[in-house]
Amino acid sequence: MSKEIALELRNITKKFDKVTANKNVNLVVYKNEILSLLGENGSGKTTLMNIISGIYFPDEGEIFVYGKPAVIASPKDAFKYKIGMVHQHFKLVDTFTAAQNIILGVNNEKYNIKLVNSRVREIAEKYGFDIDPKKKVHDMSVSEKQTVEIIKVLYRGADILILDEPTAVLTPQEIEKLFAILKKMRDDGKSIIIITHKLNEVMEISDRVSILRKGEYIGTVNTSETNEKQLTEMMVGKKLELKIERAVVERTKPLLEIRNLSINSDDGNPAIKNISFYIRGGEILGVAGITGCGQKELCEAIAGLRKINSGFIMHKGESIVGLPPKEIIEKGISMSFIPEDRLGMGLAPSFSITDNVMLKTYGDGKSPFVNREAAREKAKQLIDKLEIATPSTEIPIRRLSGGNVQKVLVGREISSNPNVIVTAYPVRGLDINSAYAIYDILNEQKKRQTGILFVGEDLDVMLALCDKIMVLCHGEVMGIVHASKVTKEELGLMMTGAMNLTVEQKDKNYGIAKDSNLTDNEWQNAADEQNGGQNDDN
Amino acid sequence: MFSTLSKILIDGISMGTIFLFGCVGEILTEKAGNLNLGIPGIMCIGALGGSYGVMLYTNGVTDMSTISGFWLVLTAIFFSMLFSAAAGLIYAFLTVSLKANQNVTGLALTTFGVGFMKFFAKRIDMSHFVEASKYFKNLFPFSSKLGWFGEIFLSHGVLVYLAIAVAILSSLLLNRTRTGLYLRAVGENPATADAVGINISKYKYGFIVLGSAIAGLGGLYYVMDKTAGTTLAEAPIDSFGWLAVALVIATMWKPTVAIFGSILFGALSMLAIDLKALSFSDLKIFEMFPYIITVLVLILTSIFGKKDIQPPASLGQSYFREDR
Repeated sequence: MSKEIALELRNITKKFDKVTANKNVNLVVYKNEILSLLGENGSGKTTLMNIISGIYFPDEGEIFVYGKPAVIASPKDAFKYKIGMVHQHFKLVDTFTAAQNIILGVNNEKYNIKLVNSRVREIAEKYGFDIDPKKKVHDMSVSEKQTVEIIKVLYRGADILILDEPTAVLTPQEIEKLFAILKKMRDDGKSIIIITHKLNEVMEISDRVSILRKGEYIGTVNTSETNEKQLTEMMVGKKLELKIERAVVERTKPLLEIRNLSINSDDGNPAIKNISFYIRGGEILGVAGITGCGQKELCEAIAGLRKINSGFIMHKGESIVGLPPKEIIEKGISMSFIPEDRLGMGLAPSFSITDNVMLKTYGDGKSPFVNREAAREKAKQLIDKLEIATPSTEIPIRRLSGGNVQKVLVGREISSNPNVIVTAYPVRGLDINSAYAIYDILNEQKKRQTGILFVGEDLDVMLALCDKIMVLCHGEVMGIVHASKVTKEELGLMMTGAMNLTVEQKDKNYGIAKDSNLTDNEWQNAADEQNGGQNDDN
Repeated sequence: MFSTLSKILIDGISMGTIFLFGCVGEILTEKAGNLNLGIPGIMCIGALGGSYGVMLYTNGVTDMSTISGFWLVLTAIFFSMLFSAAAGLIYAFLTVSLKANQNVTGLALTTFGVGFMKFFAKRIDMSHFVEASKYFKNLFPFSSKLGWFGEIFLSHGVLVYLAIAVAILSSLLLNRTRTGLYLRAVGENPATADAVGINISKYKYGFIVLGSAIAGLGGLYYVMDKTAGTTLAEAPIDSFGWLAVALVIATMWKPTVAIFGSILFGALSMLAIDLKALSFSDLKIFEMFPYIITVLVLILTSIFGKKDIQPPASLGQSYFREDR
């Protein structure tokens, strides 16, 4: 049976400044098909989907919808071609009902909310959705909100649906229900592209799998003819040899010990689920995982910026849970997080380098006035040492390039002589040379017996730089392994949840240091205290 | 007792109309996500514009009883709305197109508007204003024959009824029409509205200008009806404008509630004059009440945190498409 091609992309290329997000990507989706799009962070999946749904316009390449060339310059155009995207971050108006959200932007019919309500019920019945069209979005669960998003797309008559990580926010039962609906839609003649990182879901839901890696199209395989191992290999690629030295340093006792830690994300869902690990002085512990698996919440909790649900964060045997960030900094724990927009956390864009340095040292000395001279001296040292390209210490850092901004942030954190460094994505968006400069800084710190938690994206870099790597998948630890003993494929399998060492090696007492700063009794007391405290609250 | 009460009510309605125009105008603007603190100034500009219209119409007229009251009022309304719409357009251009800070822009516009009115007021020939004001007042002359009902509800001028009509129409627009739904979407979550193809700038411009034009009528009402054409240069319209902005919060962004809220605010600000028995220093306390009510409403809505009676979620923020 020859199948009808619903959507075809040919040689799609998209560049942002100098970064190529998609390079000559080809993709074919048939009618009556669910296609999985697989790839690591930064492999260009979301960019590609944004091109199809009209948010970005490709620099090169052609798009065909049902055999006819299509120009998709805006989301409106995408609707015209019956393409609908369900974003990972819902685009809904909280104070509106489901039906009001669904009708937004639909101009070709009379405005009659009762009619919309009944049409929404019709669609829901057809595919098995569970929805009350009159319910307001702010009263809905995550899964209900997603249902609204999907119906919103169907209401507009979409035949080609794109779902960006639809399962990331759902419980296993909800996922099962969603998959049943997706299969029903497929059998109804729709084409569905689904982005997911979980290999078991890929195997379960999709008919075919297309793989992207670093913006390039790697290939497409039939799900029935492949397995999780082959997919992982295609996704992560061959190991690259990087010339990053891994300094060999004598390790100290654990500096930071974390046990049974659970943290919620901003929307109240669990972000970190009962994890335990420790960092010694003189070692770099890498944290690998798909973006949004709790890395941000973990970093913020250590820095004292986020409340934890339960568990312990012990620094040299003393709990730092509940301490204000300033005291945590004074204990020598530094945190630098480079968010996607780079300037979001830790630096004030319109401040100069000197002012940004001062943000951390303003409390030094006894004088009621801040010591500008000292801060300027420090800024000058940073500029020299890290080769920051800037005309002076006094121009707003907003006018520096991204790499130089990051050097300021990392440099400032390190200049305070911390004994624990938590750094997330410090080389995000940097060119090779700047990235190596940052690795050198981290290695130098390691030699001074600092403990470093390195949250990273690039597995090759982590394998070369880190001593140990902890893999997170949806807030759970999949394993903590020695970087010299693990393969890239194994990391990939753990990141996608296909392999879980903590289950396979249950007796190993994962993340518990044998030479802990506290005795078993002291841990027990701490646990009792915490439970007691909770009881008092009740 | 009853006469005092009816007097308070009549005063509340007549004073409240100023607030109602400003409040409904500001609600429409805020529903588009723009906090226009220029409303007090825009009401001043509306007062001047309306006065300019009256001056144009009565210029050279010797016998005021021969002119058409209908066209006089219409001309005044037209010029009042024209002037305040132009001021709204300045605000819209700065905050929507240039994405300037809304608070700073609004405050600047208020300062400008007050000065603008005071400066040009001296150039307005007000010689016919007192006579002209008769056409603004007392829309239904037969009301005096209808006892207390006529006195309370039918003794007012044309702009009073216009204000109530505008409030009701605005409520219908916001809650019953597609335009209203889209407008609220723009004010709540512009990124969502943008993603479904709603033209953000069009809605923001449209409703900032419309809201300003409506608010400006409050100024016209004060000059031609409330003070019967006697006050312009010294009219404290801007201070009423601030009360109108406070009323938006106190009525939880609902134009129909604003009708009653404006009467309450109006009555409270007139109580000082009505209750002459009290000493002057005691009377000043009544001027505080509208603000105390506003603060109370804020406290109560914050405590109960009902999500349906919150300000539009994107209020005060500029929308940058790149951020999505």
